[in-house]
Amino acid sequence: MKYVDEYRNKEIAQKILREIRSISKKKINLMEVCGTHTVAIFRNGIRKMLPSNISLISGPGCPVCVTPISYIDEIIALSREENFIITTFGDMIRVPGSTSTLEKEKTDGADIRIIYSTLDALKIAQDNSSKEVLFMGVGFETTSPTIASAVLTAQKEKINNFSILSVAKIMPPAMKALLKGKEVNIDGFICPGHVSVIIGSMPYNFITTQYKIPCVICGFEPLDILQSIYMLIKQIEDERAEVEIQYERAVKPGGNKIALDKINEVFKVIDSDWRGIGNIPLSGLEIKNKYGKFNARKFAVEIEETKEPRGCRCGEVLRGVIIPPECPLFRKSCSPENPQGACMVSTEGTCAAYYKYN
Amino acid sequence: MCLAIPGKVKKIFHDHTAEIEIGGIIKNASLDLIPQVAVGDYVLLHAGFAIEVIDQKKALEIFRAWEGKVD
Repeated sequence: MKYVDEYRNKEIAQKILREIRSISKKKINLMEVCGTHTVAIFRNGIRKMLPSNISLISGPGCPVCVTPISYIDEIIALSREENFIITTFGDMIRVPGSTSTLEKEKTDGADIRIIYSTLDALKIAQDNSSKEVLFMGVGFETTSPTIASAVLTAQKEKINNFSILSVAKIMPPAMKALLKGKEVNIDGFICPGHVSVIIGSMPYNFITTQYKIPCVICGFEPLDILQSIYMLIKQIEDERAEVEIQYERAVKPGGNKIALDKINEVFKVIDSDWRGIGNIPLSGLEIKNKYGKFNARKFAVEIEETKEPRGCRCGEVLRGVIIPPECPLFRKSCSPENPQGACMVSTEGTCAAYYKYN
Repeated sequence: MCLAIPGKVKKIFHDHTAEIEIGGIIKNASLDLIPQVAVGDYVLLHAGFAIEVIDQKKALEIFRAWEGKVD
């Protein structure tokens, strides 16, 4: 496949690795924030290729993993209502709430449908005009414009039985929260490529100016990741801290303005709870009042009291403080077949990646 | 969840949707987020939406930087 296969060239990978080895002297911790990067790094064995002084730490970039349990409980409560159809991306269906999952609710008769796109949810709403069709608005900036686009289409085409239960999140404030928390020593950020397609490079500037930590916006193939690591190490060795774009074929400094305009039109920025991190100021997106009829929070439902799974250390995994094998449940009571926490459910979760590849 | 896959725009329709070929498979996608696309462009496809056009010149820079490099 064009723009995929050529970025897996072994000879060039060897050249980059040799260069990394020759310039890298210090002990360095690099954090990949994006869950799609975590999977790409494991799948391609990149951790094992690097010299021992360079460590890669996985961060809070899996949207499924950072979604609070209370949100899962909220959508489960809504799924039990008469005449409701819940539409969702596939990963969410197995995430444990306090006492149930959407998968269990589906088995018990709730109408829960896995979809590929918000446009599928709109189609379901058009085909089921006597029912309320809810979409689980989970995701980062890559996904939020697709949610905004669906809301604007629903408005235009008067699809009034469609709504969003938003828990959409903004990535840079979470990176700031990690730096302020000072639990992990981060020497450089491998910044999320597809989030940055939408937001551009400027939202990361505070990391280089205030915290003096290098950032490189990275693509998803092995050569992209190796080159990004090389660029970060070069910055560290040169004592520079800049936001550089490795994934230049897709990311512009200003991002995708049309997508950003749609986000700004439909959503307002709010403080938001992140599983494992807590409440982060201005890190979430909620539907604006002017589009209130498309906000599923208009349906008042009683939500059960939140119960965290006992012993699960997802939170510390998400902050990069521990690695999954340090959790007492890992590979024991917690596995992809029987996940206790969200980091084991999602294919992009750090625990699932360790389980599968390590 | 932030996965986006490159594909080639084969046809563009009047309703701002397109047929996009990804590894021999045709997918329909919305062009709502990048209306300025032409047939033959490569785009990144995420959750049923094309989110950006791939810059074909910039895509080659990594090879220019490393292929000439003598070990």
